[in-house]
Amino acid sequence: MAEVIWGLATSHVPSIGAAMDRGKTEDPNWKALFDGYAPARAWLAEHRPDVAIVVYNDHANGIDLDFVPTFGLGTAEQYEVADEGFGRRPVPDVIGHPELALHLVESLVDEEFDLTVFQELHVDHGFTVPLSVWTPDPGDAWPCPVIPLLVNVIQYPQPTAARCYALGQALGRAIRSFPGDLTVGVLGTGGMSHQLAGARAGFINPEFDARWMSAIETDPASLAALSREELIRQAGAEGIELIMWLVMRGALDDEIVKVHSDYFVPASNTAAGIALFDNRAGRSG
Amino acid sequence: MSETAPDRFGLPGTPIFDGETSRRGLRMNKLFMSLRTAENRERFLADEAAYCQGFRLTPEQQQAVLDRDWQAMIDLGGSIFYVYKLAMMDGRSMQYLGGVFTGMGEEDFLAAMRAGGRRDG
Repeated sequence: MAEVIWGLATSHVPSIGAAMDRGKTEDPNWKALFDGYAPARAWLAEHRPDVAIVVYNDHANGIDLDFVPTFGLGTAEQYEVADEGFGRRPVPDVIGHPELALHLVESLVDEEFDLTVFQELHVDHGFTVPLSVWTPDPGDAWPCPVIPLLVNVIQYPQPTAARCYALGQALGRAIRSFPGDLTVGVLGTGGMSHQLAGARAGFINPEFDARWMSAIETDPASLAALSREELIRQAGAEGIELIMWLVMRGALDDEIVKVHSDYFVPASNTAAGIALFDNRAGRSG
Repeated sequence: MSETAPDRFGLPGTPIFDGETSRRGLRMNKLFMSLRTAENRERFLADEAAYCQGFRLTPEQQQAVLDRDWQAMIDLGGSIFYVYKLAMMDGRSMQYLGGVFTGMGEEDFLAAMRAGGRRDG
């Protein structure tokens, strides 16, 4: 069987990738963010999985509004890094894992999560920035093959938080039922509180973010119970994308051990969070 | 055609990009997405009105684009992630747009973000 060995939650703000691509990680406006990544990066470098799954959303780069799949999964052998309009990020294209991906689709559809299947997809910052948060210097290739799991968070109605958590739980079962021996890392991306448009643009809610950061580890069901309206009220119109953390959390065991977390304001107009969980430490003894 | 989206949840200053908004803004959002390629940016800049007509924007949407009226683009169905493509082409940042949407101006908006962000109330 395959096994989830860790879960990583991280913001995917494009300016985080841009700061890395332009060598600004020591800039006073950015240094604390990247210093906050260091312990997670060090641990992850020692715990390389065979495959990773990145739960993310596209931002008008890989798909447009002709199609708005609520959930999608990539089954391709390779994913090209998107040119978002200012040249593609200088990072490697992504090698997929069709064998596991096709197993996940079959298993999840059997569980009545009727995913859209992507056989070709250009992945944007929502996907590559979390990979850079994990691996700042990938060289010619990312540490392992990666499977994209897309969630519609930009057009209302987004899936409910409860549905995202349930999808994550089904994803965990699907991974465990894979016939091959594989270790898997799951990344839930986006957030934390932020709002980009409207008179409330720039909204940040550190109290809510602190509650989320704590409960994602110890009481994810309480977060899954939040309505879309409550999420938009508390986390901002774009902060609702935090629901993607719940997909990651659902794929982990109930008992997990936090390796590291950090919180930083502002990454662009966003509160940036990172949280890394060891999915095996809770099983010993 | 209604000019602006209703506040779905009655949350002040919080536009909700819902299905009705997306339906109204589809042509305009497709135009914004097309600006990812240098070739289309050149065509757009050569004759912005003709480019808008090619995408069958409404007269109000076309005017908002030509005037770089960012708030009107949002009101007329633009998604911020799509509108941002046009802003990027103009060399404008998300902080600039934040300054526009809040009426604070870019500098004060950026200062507010660096001070921890804006709060309700």
